[in-house]
Amino acid sequence: MSALTGATGTSAHGLDDATRDALAELLLCMADDEFVLGYWDSEWTGIAPLLEEDVAFSSLAQDEIGHAAALYELLAGLTGEPADRIAYGREVDGYRQAALLDHARGDWAFSIARRFLYDTADAVRLDALAGSSYAPLAGLVAKMRREERYHLAHMHAWMVRLACGGEEPARRLAAACERLWPDALAVLAPPAGERRLLDAGILTESFATCRQRWLGELAPLFEELRLPFPFRPAPGASSSRARPAGAPAVADAGQPGRLEPTFPEPGPEGRTRHNDDFRWLWGELTSVYRSEPGATW
Amino acid sequence: MSATATAELERRVWDALAEVPDPEIPVVSVVDLGIVRTVEAGPERIRVEMLPTFVGCPALEVIRQSIAQRLAGMARRVEVEPTFAEPWTSDRITPDGRRKLRESGFAPPGPQPPEEPAGRPLFTTIALRPSAGSPGAREATCPFCGSRDTTLENPFGPTLCRAIFWCNACRQPFEQFKAV
Repeated sequence: MSALTGATGTSAHGLDDATRDALAELLLCMADDEFVLGYWDSEWTGIAPLLEEDVAFSSLAQDEIGHAAALYELLAGLTGEPADRIAYGREVDGYRQAALLDHARGDWAFSIARRFLYDTADAVRLDALAGSSYAPLAGLVAKMRREERYHLAHMHAWMVRLACGGEEPARRLAAACERLWPDALAVLAPPAGERRLLDAGILTESFATCRQRWLGELAPLFEELRLPFPFRPAPGASSSRARPAGAPAVADAGQPGRLEPTFPEPGPEGRTRHNDDFRWLWGELTSVYRSEPGATW
Repeated sequence: MSATATAELERRVWDALAEVPDPEIPVVSVVDLGIVRTVEAGPERIRVEMLPTFVGCPALEVIRQSIAQRLAGMARRVEVEPTFAEPWTSDRITPDGRRKLRESGFAPPGPQPPEEPAGRPLFTTIALRPSAGSPGAREATCPFCGSRDTTLENPFGPTLCRAIFWCNACRQPFEQFKAV
């Protein structure tokens, strides 16, 4: 991985320790999300259902692992630990990707559903970082958003194609969504130290607000495609009298009108407890690094 | 070093950079592609800032080394630094670069999609056959016969920066440098 710098004139040194730690944790979560997804994507190389998708998923994998590399570099700038060691030198329980990304690639519908849920949540997250006061991150995010919109458009096209593609594709896609929704919520679970990130302007929207925007935008599509959408408006929804006069109309956690899951809200271990699929992948993707730790390849 | 001498050195650096080919599409140089952001030149140090075309571009290190090698000896120290301080966009490809792309069978990118505000709709559909004003339309003119009657085959091509099209007029596939 090559050293990439962000905008000149801004450095981590302007941050107090607690804010720097919160930023480091956020970067690690984002980097691990992209890193692990990139590896699962790469598994389709050579065996995707269409030649075009062999190419597409290989390209997606390269993009995501590239994003991860750049995020690990930002993190290395904060902590002083080499990016390669962060990426490959951790024990399996040290990874912080969301539970959504732990699953093996599954069948094609599963891969598409997982990617679509991730890409949409990630797009909202990137929007909340586009105006970040931490210039190196804002610069990288501006570049990532331009690439991610290709991914998102491609996944959206596949969601429609499978949902409208006859009984079996629609059934498989619905089953994948059903299974993945609870784990998808982990992508936008509030990061540790979120308050500090918001106060410092590093993050410009709370993840609770991000989650409401994400669900709000997906609701009509899932209804149109007749796919599972296990959320309902919180009690008191759409009754404007429940909102005190002058209060902002933005849906947010704790406000009526917000969408809440019809299943039990997942616990806080969505980024810390990993399943056997990921344990297997970790063994694969770290095997070369572990064969000679610290070597330059 | 006088101001004139500095300007002269900077000009020679830009001329040298114009001879550094892109490793994936060698008909165009790093200057044609707009990868070079800034050049600071003095007898002690030359510093070049470069903008990666894609975050995960695997050619980045090769480009960095090619630039450093080409400039070696022009100052005591040569620094080549990639940066994301501003995003590289396909609008940075020069008119000369577009002509060279076309002549070697690559459709140059269409206009760069506008900077998207943070509150934009999350997804737009990429139209396979663009019509005027359709959201996410991707247009390409066939570099072989000049027809605009083309269809997007795959937004993902053999490298991160290329998409694959089909020309309905001369019935040939071709690649377009992606508009990003």
